[in-house]
Amino acid sequence: MLNPEPTPKTPRQSWMAVLARADAAAIADQLPPNDLLPGWRLLRGPEAGLIMLRGRTGGAGAPFNLAEMTVTRCTLRLATGQVGHATIAGQDPRHAELAALADALLQDPARHAALHAALIAPLAAGQDAAREAIAARAAATRVQFFALQTMRT
Amino acid sequence: MAYVAVKGGERAIEAAHAWRAEARRGDPALPALDPAQIEGQLGRAVDRAMAEGSLYDRKLAALAIAQAEGDLIEAAFLLRAYRTTLPRFGASLPLDTERMAIRRRISAIFKDLPGGQVLGPTTDYTHRLLDFGLRDGQAPPAAPVADPDRAPMPRVADILAAEDLIRPDPPAAAEPADITRAAPGFPPPRDARLQSLARGDEGFLLGLGYSTQRGYGGSHPFAGEIRMGAVSVEIVPEELGFAIDIGEIVLTECQMVNQFAGTKTEPARFTTGYGLAFGHADRRAMAMALVDRALQARELGEDATAPAQDAEFVLGHADNIEATGFVEHLKLPHYVDFQSEIEAVRRLRAMAATALAEAAE
Repeated sequence: MLNPEPTPKTPRQSWMAVLARADAAAIADQLPPNDLLPGWRLLRGPEAGLIMLRGRTGGAGAPFNLAEMTVTRCTLRLATGQVGHATIAGQDPRHAELAALADALLQDPARHAALHAALIAPLAAGQDAAREAIAARAAATRVQFFALQTMRT
Repeated sequence: MAYVAVKGGERAIEAAHAWRAEARRGDPALPALDPAQIEGQLGRAVDRAMAEGSLYDRKLAALAIAQAEGDLIEAAFLLRAYRTTLPRFGASLPLDTERMAIRRRISAIFKDLPGGQVLGPTTDYTHRLLDFGLRDGQAPPAAPVADPDRAPMPRVADILAAEDLIRPDPPAAAEPADITRAAPGFPPPRDARLQSLARGDEGFLLGLGYSTQRGYGGSHPFAGEIRMGAVSVEIVPEELGFAIDIGEIVLTECQMVNQFAGTKTEPARFTTGYGLAFGHADRRAMAMALVDRALQARELGEDATAPAQDAEFVLGHADNIEATGFVEHLKLPHYVDFQSEIEAVRRLRAMAATALAEAAE
């Protein structure tokens, strides 16, 4: 019930996916306090917009436009030079800004290990657990066909 | 169409809106409905408002449903209107339903298929008896869990395609049609049809799909597969140049498998109809798949005689926002139009009376 990823993600792609699935409060809780952070400047956003979702005809065929979804995006630059980006589903500007900030900080080799351990690892574990909980419920609804033969014995 | 400028109605309109807001609030002795409750507890209504509003955002859809007092067409209308206030940043990579985190996956054509039959949170086997226990607000028992299987769950259509038993789709256009930017020409290509059907009125799609089963353009459908679950959304922001995962949406996908006798140049194979819907929406996805298949009649060299096979009819009337706009505009003042109609009728009657009098003389 958990289909494997066809292409492995780069470390940055992985943490960006985790940040996109988190919420603003969960990210804010684990970021160092502002006075311990380098300053940053917003380059764009956070701004709300739309993404046109595309499906594929028959699931695997030619792409078609399905419908839109709301997103919020943000790009910022740290005083130390790293540029962070986030585009997240939904409309929470604070979530987008904090995710972009975390993305920038995680690109700083001096901060990466500590921040990844404090922020990304626990969020990823929580998201994995939530996925597992759904997969476990789905597994319980799998039909176990049994043949008449087994009923006779 | 000429409308009379309506002056003097402002106070009446204000009073009507105030009454409406009061009516929406309902009994003040009861707690006000929080849109978060709608999002959490009226999920199928949220799914439908998002589909027909053509906008995936569960929070906004829940708010729209609250504002519309549960009128889902009105809620979809609110979402469509809101959508026009936002810029579009781009398009996603095609959603990969093969990689769906499966909550439900059933096939009516193969009992034993890789990954098995997973019922998910379905109402299919309930007896449709009212559950009076819901009035007591008791917590439901915890759903059972089992060890999740890591076996892949290939799409049934792909299993058939591997044996060349499914007619392959024609090659893709470079950029898919977008009916929100340019009206599709007629006959519309399949990508434009699918986009129209995806936002079409569920009742209209259901009726049309049903009509194909009852002989109006029948194509002997089987529910090859219905799957529901979360799919990652990926985009490639220009500034990054690589794909990023921006979150998950829940989708229901339906593959209808239909008979196809083949032609002089093509072997006998199955054809498919495709349905893709926001949220958990078996009925919508199935109806969409039936209509998608019916609309392929011309491409498959079939006689297109039934309503469901007529793209101009189906796509021209599937959008309930357009339909409700045109039907309900009849409520607005047509005083001048009607005045001229009355005068025309009076003139005709006067002419007839004169003619009668002259004939009698």
